Amino acid sequence: MENINNTYRESIISEATTLRWEVGENFHDSLMESIYKNASEIAAHSVTKKNKQQNHTFDQKLDKIITSRMFGFPAMFIVLAVVFWVTIIGSNAPSAMLASVLIDKIHPWLKEIAAAISTPLWISGLLIDGAYLGMAWVVSVMLPPMAIFFPLFTLLEDFGYLPRVSFNMDSLFRKAGAHGKQALTMSMGFGCNVAGVIATRVIDSPRERLIAIITNNFALCNGRWPTQILIATIFIGGAVPGYLAGIASAGAVVGVALLGVVLSLVVSWGLSRTVLKGEASTFSLELPPYRPPRILRTLYTSLIDRTAIVLWRAVIFAVPAGLVIWLVSNITIEGISLAEYFINWSNPFGLLFGLNGVILLAYIIAIPANEIVIPTILMLTVLTLGMNSVGAGDGVMFELESVNATADIFKAGGWTLLTGINLMLFSLIHNPCSTTIYTIYKETRSLKWTTVSALLPVVMGFIITFFVAQIWRLI
Amino acid sequence: MSNSLIHNCETCPAHNVGNLTKLGINMDNFDFVVALAGNPNTGKSTVFNALTGLKQHTGNWPGKTVTRAEGGFLYNNKKFKLVDLPGTYSLLSTSTDEEVARNFVLFGQPDVTVIVVDSSRLERNLNLVLQVLEITNRAVLCLNLIDEAKRHSIIIDERKLSKDLGIPVVPTSARYDEGINELLKMIYEVATGAFVCKPYKIKTESKQVKNAVEKLNGKLLQAFPKLPNVNWVALRLLEGDQEIINAIRSGDLGSLEIKNFIPLLEEQT
Repeated sequence: MENINNTYRESIISEATTLRWEVGENFHDSLMESIYKNASEIAAHSVTKKNKQQNHTFDQKLDKIITSRMFGFPAMFIVLAVVFWVTIIGSNAPSAMLASVLIDKIHPWLKEIAAAISTPLWISGLLIDGAYLGMAWVVSVMLPPMAIFFPLFTLLEDFGYLPRVSFNMDSLFRKAGAHGKQALTMSMGFGCNVAGVIATRVIDSPRERLIAIITNNFALCNGRWPTQILIATIFIGGAVPGYLAGIASAGAVVGVALLGVVLSLVVSWGLSRTVLKGEASTFSLELPPYRPPRILRTLYTSLIDRTAIVLWRAVIFAVPAGLVIWLVSNITIEGISLAEYFINWSNPFGLLFGLNGVILLAYIIAIPANEIVIPTILMLTVLTLGMNSVGAGDGVMFELESVNATADIFKAGGWTLLTGINLMLFSLIHNPCSTTIYTIYKETRSLKWTTVSALLPVVMGFIITFFVAQIWRLI
Repeated sequence: MSNSLIHNCETCPAHNVGNLTKLGINMDNFDFVVALAGNPNTGKSTVFNALTGLKQHTGNWPGKTVTRAEGGFLYNNKKFKLVDLPGTYSLLSTSTDEEVARNFVLFGQPDVTVIVVDSSRLERNLNLVLQVLEITNRAVLCLNLIDEAKRHSIIIDERKLSKDLGIPVVPTSARYDEGINELLKMIYEVATGAFVCKPYKIKTESKQVKNAVEKLNGKLLQAFPKLPNVNWVALRLLEGDQEIINAIRSGDLGSLEIKNFIPLLEEQT
């Protein structure tokens, strides 16, 4: 019985094959034609338009500027720069306030309670100096910039600006042998690389999709924006006269973000000329109408959707990282902690790249989440300096009332403008976070391409920081 | 007397407002499955959020949703599971995101497919609508962004449109929560069979195609008597769609029930 069914079903398929020859080659086109024809008849029957031209003009005028050859790119830089400038200027005061509450007030208070109920020192150290401070640091450093940056970015998105950005970038990506839609997936990556990698599903060709996945990491993500903003504020803003500080640091962050775009084009170009050869396919991108953003709803959803989720993720990773930091700096062999061993050993290596041992160790501890790089660096710096006047002891993420206090620590740690610049570069160009790597594996199902996506950026990061450091020292 | 009063209440839309419970992602033991299909950037995710109370991220650009999002709502004591599909321009090509949408409507056989269109670009959006109507017999057209169409002085006679397409047509502006109640009511009516759709079928002019489709239809119906979208399957066979061929070869085409199919789809996405 089953066999008869099988034969019958096969006969349907073979009949279809015969008939396919009869209906001819242009069957698909003629089918599409009849669909279009039917659609236009139905639409004509029920749609009436009055004075067509009137309201389109605003959209058209705006598009003429935003997507023009002359003004398209400058407009893009200006928009991005304004967003960062507002973020940098706006987040300083709330950051200081959060730090003073969470770190100056609550932390000693917790310690007092722990002492009052005579908790063993190692437990209070591990939980309060390690885990709690790790979390408090992440909240005070990251919450204010995120709470300003994400709503602004979401408003731009809601208004319809992002597709125009891809429209402007499309020809560049095509010249690089990549799919024009990569501009869209890159824009998603500016929020989160995991989202960006998943978004590459809109690209049909596997070759172009792989290129988009591998290069998505060059789009600065949520976890890295705060690092960029903070380091730019301290080192770039600190290197210019006070009245220029805000603009210079915003400019530096835009510069790093644009460098990411350039790198993603260069790497796409390289890949499509070598291991992923092929022609770029064409596609049509529909520019959506501009829509008045719904400000309150955008604020609400971007705070819930992005800020809260990213912050939560950071906190989740910061707690164990805080524990690890406390452990590596309190487990000692012959009076020297594990962290110090590693830092002393890797310091010469780090200096070669204009970085230092602290930064290298921080990047290893922070593989699970880019968000905790800065807190980890600060803590480790204080530890190696033995700055007991600042911190409350080894492995404690100490109190910092403002960006100035953070700057003092970096400077005491022997940081220079070069360290700052190279940290910004390395933060842009290094391996994706563990979640992104896992997502890449899930999407490609290929160990080979996952390894390439993870290692290519680190290697590039070391090469680029090395050359920057050497050239800097020559000058 | 009191019974008839209650009955009157239930038919009044104002009563139904209070009757909608947004269930978020809590959607066990649902009675009906509703799919949301449509072109990119027509506001599917906004409609999805309005119905489920979820906060699926929305954005003004095409291609925001690439996987399926699911949520649930309770309306008139019936539990609905709502599936937000990625936006596509057509069901005839095979990129991953378009496949997800097509496979769900075709193999998943949702109880109702809501097709969300951009009212200010109706003609272009209708291409997809006609293709969806080839696949399924139970659909509701959601004329979304109707406020934008009005702003552009475009007026749509939804009654004529509904008559032409043979399915309910509901103008909405999901961003402002307008028309959501009417949409719910029509979803409910189509799901329960209170409204019987007579969907428009694409008319081809080529006689050869017509004959070929008719021949294949006969054979297909013998093998898969319950197939609701035989015309479309025939057309796809004529184009040599490998996935349809495989489904026929394995016999899967006939035996698919949504409840068995959902876990399969989840693996895929």
